[in-house]
Amino acid sequence: MTNLTILIIVPLLTAIAVLFCKNTAQIKWTSFIGSLIQLGIATTMFLAYIAERASGNTAQMLFQQRYSWYKALNIEYFIGVDGISMVMIMLTACVVVAGILISWRVETLSKEFFFLLLLLSVGAYGFFISLDLFTMFFFLEVAVIPKFLLIAIWGSGKKEYSAMKLALMLMGGSVFVLIGLLATYFATDTGGGAHTWDLLQIAHAHISLQTQMYIFPFLFVGFGVFTALFPFHTWVPDGHSSAPTAASMFLAGISMKLGGYGALRVAVYLMPEAAQQYSWVIVLLATIAIIYGSFATLMQKDLKYMNAYSSVSHCGFILLGIGMLTKTAIIGAVMQMVSHGVMTALFFGAIGMIYERTHTRQLSELGGLLKVLPFIGTVYVITGLCSLGLPGLSGFVAEMTVFVGSWQRNDMFHRVATILAAASIVVTAVYILRAAGKAVMGPIVNEHFEHLKDATWNEKFASVLLILAILAIGIAPFWLYNLIAPDAQLIMENIARSVTGI
Amino acid sequence: MSTDIFLFMKSELSLTLIIFILLILKVWDGIKDNSTYLHIANFLLLLNFAVGFIYTNEGVLFNGMFHTTTLLVFEKSILNLGTLLISLQAFDWLKTHKHVPEFYILLLTTLMGMFFMISSGNFLMFYLGLELASIPLAALVNFDLEKLKSSEAAVKMILLSAFSSCIMLFGISLLYGSTGTLSFAELPALITAGHLQLLALIFIFVGFAFKLSSVPFHLWTADVYEGSPVAITSYLSVISKAAIVFVFISVLGPLFLNLPGTWYNILFLSIILTITVGNLFAIRQDNIKRFLAFSSIAQAGYILLGLSAGNQMGTTATIYFLLVYVFSNLGAFGVIGLVSYYADKENISDYKGFYKTNPMLSWILAIALFSLAGVPPTAGFFGKMFLVTAGASRGNYILVIIAALNMIVSLYYYLRVVKAMFVDPNESPIPKITGSITARLGLIICMIGVVVIGFASCIYNYIHSLTGLTP
Repeated sequence: MTNLTILIIVPLLTAIAVLFCKNTAQIKWTSFIGSLIQLGIATTMFLAYIAERASGNTAQMLFQQRYSWYKALNIEYFIGVDGISMVMIMLTACVVVAGILISWRVETLSKEFFFLLLLLSVGAYGFFISLDLFTMFFFLEVAVIPKFLLIAIWGSGKKEYSAMKLALMLMGGSVFVLIGLLATYFATDTGGGAHTWDLLQIAHAHISLQTQMYIFPFLFVGFGVFTALFPFHTWVPDGHSSAPTAASMFLAGISMKLGGYGALRVAVYLMPEAAQQYSWVIVLLATIAIIYGSFATLMQKDLKYMNAYSSVSHCGFILLGIGMLTKTAIIGAVMQMVSHGVMTALFFGAIGMIYERTHTRQLSELGGLLKVLPFIGTVYVITGLCSLGLPGLSGFVAEMTVFVGSWQRNDMFHRVATILAAASIVVTAVYILRAAGKAVMGPIVNEHFEHLKDATWNEKFASVLLILAILAIGIAPFWLYNLIAPDAQLIMENIARSVTGI
Repeated sequence: MSTDIFLFMKSELSLTLIIFILLILKVWDGIKDNSTYLHIANFLLLLNFAVGFIYTNEGVLFNGMFHTTTLLVFEKSILNLGTLLISLQAFDWLKTHKHVPEFYILLLTTLMGMFFMISSGNFLMFYLGLELASIPLAALVNFDLEKLKSSEAAVKMILLSAFSSCIMLFGISLLYGSTGTLSFAELPALITAGHLQLLALIFIFVGFAFKLSSVPFHLWTADVYEGSPVAITSYLSVISKAAIVFVFISVLGPLFLNLPGTWYNILFLSIILTITVGNLFAIRQDNIKRFLAFSSIAQAGYILLGLSAGNQMGTTATIYFLLVYVFSNLGAFGVIGLVSYYADKENISDYKGFYKTNPMLSWILAIALFSLAGVPPTAGFFGKMFLVTAGASRGNYILVIIAALNMIVSLYYYLRVVKAMFVDPNESPIPKITGSITARLGLIICMIGVVVIGFASCIYNYIHSLTGLTP
């Protein structure tokens, strides 16, 4: 069970099996069972990974596989995992199961819907396990079409505009990544004029500072677009709010994490010197995103828009952690990726469940849901509390780690950025509590709400799965910390080595 | 020597043989049914495609006029495959057509002209092939005789084609005047970048640019594509273009070897203009054939980007891209051809709601368009990626950035068509179309090609091994 290729093959086979299903029930059950098997496999690998590390294996990447693909261009199918990617894989597996369960009521073109969802997940799994930059880019781009079609066909509101905006902006991000990757490829030299896409090899190849200074912005901005880097975040609110529930969950829970992971693994890890030079820009943009995102959320009246803007703010913490370039901050960034992934997926799930029953997402039209929909109301409050950083839930752990890591940078600029970012939590509390108080607590504003039915088994299953993840991270953060720490250490060592010039 | 002729010229001879068989079948008049005739023609084309793989060798004939290598044979096989696919997809249209034998005779004659062009070892031979390829094409453009638009397109085509041939011929004559030879083997050494030679080479390049429809010599493309029958439009945009690029690789590249700077600057300008103008014009089109015409202009820009690398990586990427391009573009044109024949609709707005009535055809068209846009997991992604990689190998990142940014623009207009098919509501969508089995077979082969070729790296590696052989 340490063959990582299975992680790509299982969802792919499930997607193909879906094509041969006869009716909606078969389609749903096939995708559900397929994603459950995938979760099982991911968990097994996760445990195998921990066991391997415990037995003293200190190789940077475990479970490696390597096959030559395009020999003439040195492109390889080269995969392997470390703690960071293993955690991201677990996140993906959980969100996929939850997303499929939440979509239980999709009736129109259900075959295409589940097929595209599964294809989207293939892209994410492939991206997280790739160690070859070309393969990685391939998987990054695989998701473009499913995202576009999911929003354009099954979305709501101004879906066509949002779908097109999202597809084009993400394609723009990919194009930037592509230019950066090509430049990286040609900057490497493995002897005799040959170049390499191999991530591990490039990390140790010495690329001159001048070249790095050119390449880094392309890579970082490119991946940044995916994870709502400040001026390029505009696709997030439109895309998320127009998407069908499961697609929002996938987008916010998984897709945005591709950007954070890429920014860390490719941009910062491969271009350490340039990352140092540019880190102030990253910190600046991330702080703006955090503050701007949280204030923009205050102004929203639509639950989905609220969550989308708060995602901009929360993803700012990921970038802030990366930009701070301390070990603790980077660990915090990874934890924030996982935490935000689970939390926001649950959030969108809860909003989807509410919308399905009340047919409105306007805050002003909602009220007293806890009385009629106790389960869904509770889920909404839990994710809200997680989002505002209540101790005991994952949000607190992740944000706290980022702040602790950021505080280690003891100059004025970084201190101010940290304080501003931390202060935004107050704003978060305002909008979360206001929404929870109005929509969930409050008096029942609409008498139709009296007859609403609470969550069905599938929705409960999905919610409980994600809540368990939130609690696990929140209560026992140390094992997640210990899992990521050695890999963050390696990234830091690469930065330190580049500075001392060894 | 006596058997060499048959072996070295097997592609050309087998085409000639097919032309004769088809002629005799017509004269014999035993086949009353168009379908039978078409099946025989398709079978012969399949045999012809297979013959390409049987015996490949290198050799020179007629005092250096004609030469062949394994790479050239492979290039001819790509053209053979494309012609076969077009013939399969045109089945429904030809079945009720009055002039089927003429169609094949004209089509195969142009193909033969292209083969001679590719294999030429001398400018005389090359020019002969070029004319053999161009003139029957103009007749084919006007193949639906009763359509006024086709006649207009044919006149434009023949006039501009003659014009560009003239310019090229003038360039060739200047080159002959300054070097005293027309043989490709001797020419590169004699080119010394004198003013006359420079002028000559620019004239020759302009002639090529016309045929390749690269900006600013692209103006004929949209009108001709729109006016021609769909089968011919696809032939123009795939086979004809691929043939010109193959000649580019084997003929023009070596000629410009001694002038790397000038050559690169010409290409640089041409690439930027071609990609950008092609893309910007494609956004505004509503007729789907015009739309694909401009998209194919933009694709020509990417092909030039691969060629501008001027190394083995560039050549391999270009040939590989053309192979992918054959499948993806023909996949798109196959669907458009069926819709045009059965529903007589050719506008993008007519495709609204197409998915409700024709899910399979919609997916085929969508996948083909995704491949053209270069989105994975289709083969188009790999094709385009390798072209851009080759372009970057020269270290000119301005070019790479412009080309890459244009991929966003192109994604926009390809998604427009996809959106029309999948999302937009329509009161009266195109009714359900059930194409013949032959036409569907043609589409399925295209789809298999689009999905498989990207992952099957052995094809790329094979092309790489072939391009490595060329001196």
